[in-house]
Amino acid sequence: MILNNLKPTKDKINTFLPLGSIFVIFAFLDVLTNTFLNYNITGFLPKTLNYFFPLLLGYFGLYLIRIEFSGNRFLDKLNKNINSSNFNAFLTLLILFIIIKAISPLMNWLILEANFAGSSKDDCTGNGACWVFIKVWFNRLMYGLYPDVEQWRVNSAFLLLFALVGIAFFVPQKIKKYFIIFLLFVYPFIGIKLLSGGSFGLVYVETAAWGGLSLTFIISAFAILFCFPIGVFLALGRRSSLPAIRYISIGFIELWRGVPLITVLFMAAVMFPMFLPDGTFIDKLIRVLIAITLFEAAYMAEVVRGGLQALPKGQYEAAKSLGMGYWRMNVLIILPQALKLVIPGIANTLLALVKDTPLIFVVGLMELAGMIGLAKTNPKWLGMAMEGYVFAGLVFWIICYAMSRYSQNLEKKLSTER
Amino acid sequence: MGKIIELKKVNKWFDKFQVLKDIDLEVAPQEKIVICGPSGSGKSTLIRCINRLEEHQEGNIIVDGTELAENTKNIEKIRAEVGMVFQQFNLFPHLSILDNCTLAPIWVKKLPKKEAEEVAMKNLTRVQIDDQALKFPGQLSGGQQQRAAIARALCMEPKIMLFDEPTSALDPEMIKEVLDVMVDLAKGGMTMIVVTHEMGFAKEVADYMIFMDEGKIVERAKTKEFFENPKSDRTKLFLSQIL
Repeated sequence: MILNNLKPTKDKINTFLPLGSIFVIFAFLDVLTNTFLNYNITGFLPKTLNYFFPLLLGYFGLYLIRIEFSGNRFLDKLNKNINSSNFNAFLTLLILFIIIKAISPLMNWLILEANFAGSSKDDCTGNGACWVFIKVWFNRLMYGLYPDVEQWRVNSAFLLLFALVGIAFFVPQKIKKYFIIFLLFVYPFIGIKLLSGGSFGLVYVETAAWGGLSLTFIISAFAILFCFPIGVFLALGRRSSLPAIRYISIGFIELWRGVPLITVLFMAAVMFPMFLPDGTFIDKLIRVLIAITLFEAAYMAEVVRGGLQALPKGQYEAAKSLGMGYWRMNVLIILPQALKLVIPGIANTLLALVKDTPLIFVVGLMELAGMIGLAKTNPKWLGMAMEGYVFAGLVFWIICYAMSRYSQNLEKKLSTER
Repeated sequence: MGKIIELKKVNKWFDKFQVLKDIDLEVAPQEKIVICGPSGSGKSTLIRCINRLEEHQEGNIIVDGTELAENTKNIEKIRAEVGMVFQQFNLFPHLSILDNCTLAPIWVKKLPKKEAEEVAMKNLTRVQIDDQALKFPGQLSGGQQQRAAIARALCMEPKIMLFDEPTSALDPEMIKEVLDVMVDLAKGGMTMIVVTHEMGFAKEVADYMIFMDEGKIVERAKTKEFFENPKSDRTKLFLSQIL
């Protein structure tokens, strides 16, 4: 009888809604004051009950406001999404309380009690993060061991790149393709010359000195640029009707896919030079770049092949029946559709590529994460690993999230579905 | 009169299963031939052999003076002369209808873009979907898509048109609009080989009827004779079921 009276229904909404709301609000108030003001409202209760009190109270409150078809749009939406059953109400409260509890120490460490000013480890007196570490090492994290006075060259190489890409987005379609050709085939040589120098009055900077975030960008950009076409050719090769090409493609793909990247890098850096004739020398960075490119191309090939196989046979037949040969058919009809289909897979592979770049530390090259590894072992800065890796994680996340968003936009833009 | 298509003793197997058995066929320019028969009788395979979407293993297929064989170098050239319309339309979904029609003329026949667009619009007008030119295939109805596919094939200005059950995937009310286009095409003097079950269409345009069963040509006759006085019992049975 009592239980029946307690059942929340629409006709009793005027009692249940305020009552339930008060319970829920009080539950959150308790948790909030507890976390942020260090004051325990329900301190008079026995300890165990005190601990779970907000959960019980909120749970009961949510039960009271779970009124079906209440007519109140906000309440209906709330009930449908986070309060649809006893179990969901419990999960909602638990997750919200955990988030509230976790935010406080996180904010303390990240910002409130962190140190921003200063120039050495001794300036970090608070309990929070020591961002002074990042500030002092910022230059190295961006440019590696690149000489300070020459860093304008790195900046201008990247500025030029961004400017070109930016302009390419806005120029009319007709000129656009020249921009893209320039970017793909001319810019890389300008960029390399600018960075390595040795002519045009620029001081030579050996690639071993390159590093930091700029090296992450350089490796990612080159590998993405080259692994993509190689991957497409391998995918086509694997489906070729010519046995020689097919078996070479299969062999290549399976070989590179079957070996860990770290092994590949090690081979490229250490073993490969031993097989070269005396006197020939290929720069270590270039060997590593080629290794990463071929490694990722094998993955790319399989992603693209997935797209090729998803296309109906009729598309091939229609293209053939119009008199198109193998290349015209693939370039004009098959690949545009297949690549569009596998944009998520391509993005996946390229994101993995960017995040694989820190592995080049095994051959002594140090990009962003590698430089942090170096900085944290500096005797003056011991114990700064957490700050460093949080920073590296944030930077990688920004890069990868940007790429992910771009791929989603591309997908939307290229969609010709109704 | 010269022959534009000649098939001599053509045999074809899928693994061990023989789909075409000793097919002999001659088509003169401007002739319209309708091929009918039960499913699995090899009619689609037969016309797909004519532009070598399928390879035959024995016999000779000569299209416009060129024999189709393993080492035919200019197979693309033959295919450009032979238009094909598929049951499933097979329009290119990533391109607008206009681009579907101009792509092959521009890249295969090396027509300037402007000229190709003029030809495309002419053919799209002919199949009465010129107002849909800038839409994508996914935005069109089945009948419109099939007409666009016919226009696409016509843009290559082929000497021969092959139709592989062009109306089988369409809703009944859309069949007519496609058949009307095909009748119009036939009256314009195109050489046509049509695989279809639309007997009304066959009676209207076909010069010859071919009836196939189990990979063989069972009967080949002038249209009137074929319908009024079929010779083989198999044909009689088929016609009694379909008419």
